[in-house]
Amino acid sequence: MSTTVKSLSAVALLLVLGTASAGAGEGPWGPGADDASFKAMLKSGFRSKGIATLARLDQDETQAFCSDPDNVSGKTGEKKRAEIEAANLATVKWPSDGVWLGDYKEGEKVAQSGRGLTSTDKADMVNGGNCYNCHQLSPKEISYGTIGPSLYQYGKLRGDTDEVKRTTWAKIWNSKASNACSNMPRAGHMGIVTEKQIKDLMALLLDPASPVNQ
Amino acid sequence: MKRWHAIGIATALAVVGASTGVVSAETDKSIESIEQYREALRDGNPAELFEAQGEELWKTPAGPKNVSLEGCDLGLGAGVVQGAYAHLPRFFKDTGKVQDVESRVLTCMSTLQGIDVKPLIDAKFNTPEKDRLEAIATYVSGQSKGVKVEVSLVHPEERKAFELGKRMFYYQGGPHDFSCSTCHGQEGVRIRLQELPNIPTHKGAAAGWTSWPAYRVSAGQMWGMQWRLADCFRQQRFPEPIYGSDVTVALSMYMAATANGATMDTPGIKR
Repeated sequence: MSTTVKSLSAVALLLVLGTASAGAGEGPWGPGADDASFKAMLKSGFRSKGIATLARLDQDETQAFCSDPDNVSGKTGEKKRAEIEAANLATVKWPSDGVWLGDYKEGEKVAQSGRGLTSTDKADMVNGGNCYNCHQLSPKEISYGTIGPSLYQYGKLRGDTDEVKRTTWAKIWNSKASNACSNMPRAGHMGIVTEKQIKDLMALLLDPASPVNQ
Repeated sequence: MKRWHAIGIATALAVVGASTGVVSAETDKSIESIEQYREALRDGNPAELFEAQGEELWKTPAGPKNVSLEGCDLGLGAGVVQGAYAHLPRFFKDTGKVQDVESRVLTCMSTLQGIDVKPLIDAKFNTPEKDRLEAIATYVSGQSKGVKVEVSLVHPEERKAFELGKRMFYYQGGPHDFSCSTCHGQEGVRIRLQELPNIPTHKGAAAGWTSWPAYRVSAGQMWGMQWRLADCFRQQRFPEPIYGSDVTVALSMYMAATANGATMDTPGIKR
């Protein structure tokens, strides 16, 4: 093979590789799932309904990063995950009056409710915390999900030091502050629940009288 | 139909009543009793009534052109319904698109029958317009019961739909940061007591793909995959997916191709 032919094949190979990586975009996606095609598909595929408007398809940095399964765990995304956790931690608003715990009975209601913020919900309804969808809490409730860890005896196992209260509050307010691509929603940060509701959830988890800690 | 619904609810209440009496914190047992309940329901699945209705709609002349859908090409040639669902979604030359059963039926209604399908696409679920489409999808799916899923990824548009569907599966958005993967990306997890198929695996994709359209006992409704996906997105707090849109077909392509080799068990029945 002459030198010219060799360098031509090298150029051709580079062209092929170049096209393939441009087509695949940044992530692990195959040809055709590039950013332009994906955006066009999103734009033509959805419509606003009630409070669930098209703006909900616009991702923040955390959502965009965590939408690539290769970033969620493993070495490649490690540094970026730490940055995302720091940025989310900075959003946490601590209790405005210094009181951490509310009423665990009210907290149980918040934990039970999975309602709010869907396309068929009204803007002024009281949102739930969705907790039982994914976590075990009070042993009286046998219908609990397992996407998240069991929180049964949460306070009994950890105690109620200021450190535990801060960690717990931050986890509920913005779960991504401690785990960049956690499956758990950022309940306070995204306005899913109010500060008062978080206090009541704190009581459900940490009050020694709460059914969770029996 | 009302009678079936009433029987379904009565059975459901009886089983729930029985299980709450026996089960304390033993969740495995309650799941077991739900499984038994599902098994019991399989005898006399009300979906059969929707299949019959769908078949009638398929064979009855309708629309401005007053022809039936019997000339519709679902991918195996004009008029072939047997086995067609197991090969969908697929690329269709005439539309230049990858289509699932619902979007393909809309094409046939438009081209063969001369029907303006826009109002059908825009109609809400649980309306007569949408119920007719669900019935047709149910009929077509029933004609693939027992057939192996064999979805092609040969055409570039088919591969593209698969890759776009996969990307959509992991796409997070909305106030809860949910993607499909949040609930359907792990093995052996539940929401409340509802077990969730792990869609990226063959087993999980097969569990999902081969069991819809399904009769939903709790609602007394017949849901096709389009309705199933729309309600997933509702619970994800996403805006509404447009019926038959590319994004819904792409997700179905991702699921169906991942389920390749599994056996269709449609129409199904769910709690």
